[in-house]
Amino acid sequence: MAEAIKIDELDIEFKDEVLSKVPDANFDLCLTCGTCTGGCPASEQFGMDPRKLIRMLNLGMDDEVLKTDWKWVCSMCARCVSACPMKINVPALIFNLRANVPREKRPKGILGSCDQHIRTGSAMGAAKDDFEFTVLDVAEEIREDHPGFEELQVSVDRVGATMVLNQNSREPVTEPEEMGPLWKILHTVGADWTYPSVMWAGENYCMFMADNEGWKYIIEEFVHHVDNNLKSPVVVNTE
Amino acid sequence: MRKFKIPHKFELVTIIELYAQWIKEGKLKVNSDWNKDIKAKFTVQDPCNIGRKSGSNKIVDDLRFVIKTVVGEENFIDTVPNRDNNYCCGGGGGALQAGFPDQRRAYGRTKFNQLAVTGANYVIAPCHNCHGQIEDIGEHYGGNYHVVHLWTIITLAMGVLADTERTYLGPDLAEVGL
Repeated sequence: MAEAIKIDELDIEFKDEVLSKVPDANFDLCLTCGTCTGGCPASEQFGMDPRKLIRMLNLGMDDEVLKTDWKWVCSMCARCVSACPMKINVPALIFNLRANVPREKRPKGILGSCDQHIRTGSAMGAAKDDFEFTVLDVAEEIREDHPGFEELQVSVDRVGATMVLNQNSREPVTEPEEMGPLWKILHTVGADWTYPSVMWAGENYCMFMADNEGWKYIIEEFVHHVDNNLKSPVVVNTE
Repeated sequence: MRKFKIPHKFELVTIIELYAQWIKEGKLKVNSDWNKDIKAKFTVQDPCNIGRKSGSNKIVDDLRFVIKTVVGEENFIDTVPNRDNNYCCGGGGGALQAGFPDQRRAYGRTKFNQLAVTGANYVIAPCHNCHGQIEDIGEHYGGNYHVVHLWTIITLAMGVLADTERTYLGPDLAEVGL
């Protein structure tokens, strides 16, 4: 006959560590109903699913929990916690599992994008000058070649503009022609807008990498630039 | 900013809310006349960050208002489930660059099936991550759809989309309004 698990003797460290950072993550409230798993597209990848992960966490299977690469397949979309009757915060667990991996051992693609962003202001590694050159160049082409947009205005760091727009860095770097349609809409409605030169990109891979320090740095630099240098009252997320 | 309690003076909005506002105010004059005879069918991907994770359906409802205005209500086919209950495409959270493409595509199978049953030729993906993932799973699983940015369809309806800005359109819309 199978032996009962003696709860008091379990060595449960990682759960407590995460709960110390996210006290309302509710891991202990799991009813094992599986609602999370039924609606999770990442279920079964690497033999893992949200319910299983929470069971393993609660049973102190820390080595297995920490080892699984499932934390990089889960997209932290939060469908599980939205559906969970006990509001167990699986995405917060995933974030902390990612953060537990030594920084240099996290996925190269994400690490590279995060580091580039800290260094240059965008995950694609395009620095301020490249960005400014590209957008001004594309704008000039539109003014010359696209009838009705001879007066199109595109600026970087125009102080006092009503709106500051971010832009996913894949557009200026890999498909600059995708910026024109957005600008044409802004021009047509008479929007008063500019791009920031500091942390201008819309993405944030440091967040994906669970690099709190890098994530925070990017946001702080951006907020400081908009509030103190540009003094714009509105920031527009373009995606 | 919330997570790190970073104070800021500016207000943060999404371009989707502004598109909806500008249409309602009459600043952005668009309609779906261009699609009256073509009847190109559109569906949409709800990015998790502006849907479920934003805490309300305001932005994704604005998204539907904008899409229906520019493609015609009868040419918009919603996914099931949708809005705050939508499935993630599987490309978010860094997955596109995490180095596990087989698992990422297996994850995306749910999204692919969901999009495929709408029968739409066009998927509007207002988030760049979703755009990348949905294109990739479309190619991988043999989908019959094109993935477009929202601004492409708005400017198509405005009649100002240049021939150089049509990378993602299919042959049925390649010449529309030129």
